[in-house]
Amino acid sequence: MNGNLSIPRTRPRFFTPGVWVVTAVAIIGAAALAARFVVGLGAVTNLSDAYPWGLWIAIDVACGVALAAGGFTTAFVAHLLHREQFHPLVRPALLTAMIGYTFVALGVMTDLGRFWAMWHVMLPWMWQGNSVLFEVAICVMTYLTVLYIEFLPIVCERFIGRVRLPGPLARLDRSVDRMLRVLDAGIGRVMTVFIILGVVLSCMHQSSLGTLMVIAGPKLHPLWQSPMLPMFFLLSAFAVGFSMVIFESLLASRSLGLEPEIDALARLASFIPVLLGIYAAAKVIDLLNRGAVGSLVQPTPAAGLFMLEFIGGVVLPFALLMRQRLRHSPRGLLTAASLVIFGVIANRLNVFLLAYTPTIEGERYYPAFAEFAVTAGFIAMIVLIYRFIVLNFPVIERLEEART
Amino acid sequence: MSAAHTSIDGTPASGRTEGATGATAIVPGEAGTTGGLSRRDFVRFSGVCAATLAAGTAASAGGNRTLSDDRTGVLVDLTLCIGCRRCEWACNHENGMPNGELHEFDDASVFDERRRPTSMHLTVVNRWPPSGGAKPVHVKTQCMHCEHPACASACLVGAMRKTPEGPVIYDASRCIGCRYCMVACPFQFAAYEYEKALTPRVTKCQFCRSRTQRGELPACVAMCPVEALTWGRRDELLILAHERIRNNPGRYVDHVYGEHEAGGTSWLYLADRPFTELGFPDLGSTSPAELTEMIQHGIFRGFAAPLMLFGLLGAIGKLTDHGKERP
Repeated sequence: MNGNLSIPRTRPRFFTPGVWVVTAVAIIGAAALAARFVVGLGAVTNLSDAYPWGLWIAIDVACGVALAAGGFTTAFVAHLLHREQFHPLVRPALLTAMIGYTFVALGVMTDLGRFWAMWHVMLPWMWQGNSVLFEVAICVMTYLTVLYIEFLPIVCERFIGRVRLPGPLARLDRSVDRMLRVLDAGIGRVMTVFIILGVVLSCMHQSSLGTLMVIAGPKLHPLWQSPMLPMFFLLSAFAVGFSMVIFESLLASRSLGLEPEIDALARLASFIPVLLGIYAAAKVIDLLNRGAVGSLVQPTPAAGLFMLEFIGGVVLPFALLMRQRLRHSPRGLLTAASLVIFGVIANRLNVFLLAYTPTIEGERYYPAFAEFAVTAGFIAMIVLIYRFIVLNFPVIERLEEART
Repeated sequence: MSAAHTSIDGTPASGRTEGATGATAIVPGEAGTTGGLSRRDFVRFSGVCAATLAAGTAASAGGNRTLSDDRTGVLVDLTLCIGCRRCEWACNHENGMPNGELHEFDDASVFDERRRPTSMHLTVVNRWPPSGGAKPVHVKTQCMHCEHPACASACLVGAMRKTPEGPVIYDASRCIGCRYCMVACPFQFAAYEYEKALTPRVTKCQFCRSRTQRGELPACVAMCPVEALTWGRRDELLILAHERIRNNPGRYVDHVYGEHEAGGTSWLYLADRPFTELGFPDLGSTSPAELTEMIQHGIFRGFAAPLMLFGLLGAIGKLTDHGKERP
């Protein structure tokens, strides 16, 4: 492969026609978000006593956490298993996780009725250790901090030797530079601890996110309700973490006009069928064990949703990724990774929303426009911030080569 | 049992596991669990964890799992209720909710639709049509005040709390508004003030705690003109309920709803027909909180699993490092 082919002649500009569309979605979302904080949840959402959790918890939080799993899975294979070939994938994955979790936190805050009291979670005398949500909240907060720390070396690398403060602040250039060098050296020494911490925290809250709905008992359909939910959530987070890294890397290459890192991606993709296989087997055993298989043969919407999620999002990508040739084709990889992502999104949506039947009869929930707008707006903001950072910080190696 | 307080699963309070920090780690079934870590291991790990997250797990505000033997409840005899809805009026009045004149509550047209407790009304009475020539049945609904409430187990900041005396009370000053308590409630009787932009509260029956502490009856019980509601010690109410079933053959189905449902509730019901025909959910005899707490404390018992994972990952990192690169 001729490396020179992959280097674009000029640095890509931030705004393209597509980016303008994304910006518009982000602006609409920001407006809906402002409305939510001014007039309250009741005025802009269709949440009710029957459906206290809606689109925001299902997508922004549950899917957000799962889809940001690429950060810790990639860090694990690259830094803890020391597989050199994955190193180019680590920084983009870390960036996605950092932005993703930031928006998970924002999503939670948007959904909280008393968002201004959010800090209660940090007060030890408020802590309620039986609460699964407590564990999730503490882990997500800590992990977000860890992600920012893991990102610091990238900031240091960007500015060391290039500190140019504006106006009179320019006098501080040299001392800021020195601080950055000290910081960089210091973090470098303890980074392994943070990487391990990130993996542990991720395993903890990815699984606990599944435990969250166990307490809903019979309100969650028996096809999904299981004491094994934490394990399913963890396994699917591993699988979707790798898939997201592949998906994003391919999309970013296309968008920025770079050659995809196909060898590393193919290697990464070889882990996915193993994880999907274990997941599928565990799922089937659990269904048989709990005697829930009966619900599958009845022609109900729940059975349809389950089959869609399981066949489309687990069995199909498993079959595709078992084929080595497909793993080396960008299009095949993109298809398979998209299917895994689809499967996990479907699963989280089912567990948190679609397979949830309130005790209150006859109630339906369909998200209001503002709920869709905020969710779409958050996704758009994630894309914009990702693009900005990728274009201005040393995240994608091949883009860096192009710059220098 | 000599102790004045017993825990919910019947083990004496003194038999609970004490963490090394002195903060009580109230792990369900801890005293009697087999397998896994021994008690000594647990105590040792508790020491390690005191400086970490587990301190929070232990020092939980909502982890009050000791109940007083003389905790109270209400027995609702649905065969006596005449559907006058005076209890609704009294409840609205007591809690400062929107209310009407007393005579407005005679209007039977509200029975046309099935109602739920809302953020405006903490208790509502529904009429269920007669089945096979019998009279219609009126069912008062409100928070059931579970013995082991899922809402309190779910709440991450301890805003829902089971008091030893029986009531499950909500403390808005702790609440962050996540509404997980509503997802957790097996009856889904908690409502939310969605219309408020800044200070929405979870609303539910507070069992007139301020009244009962003054020695008065809950407002609805005091108001009931036909004594369909009986307030008293839960254990005595259960005896009373079973006596009524025994002494009045044919009047009741042999089932005290709330004796075992969802691990038992403070509010107990007697009826002349199966409760599933009256909109009562068919729940098992364990609290939904039980399984969740078992899973959660099983995984995070003494913080052992996360610490072991940390060590394992560290070891893997060391073993596979051939010194070629820096992270």
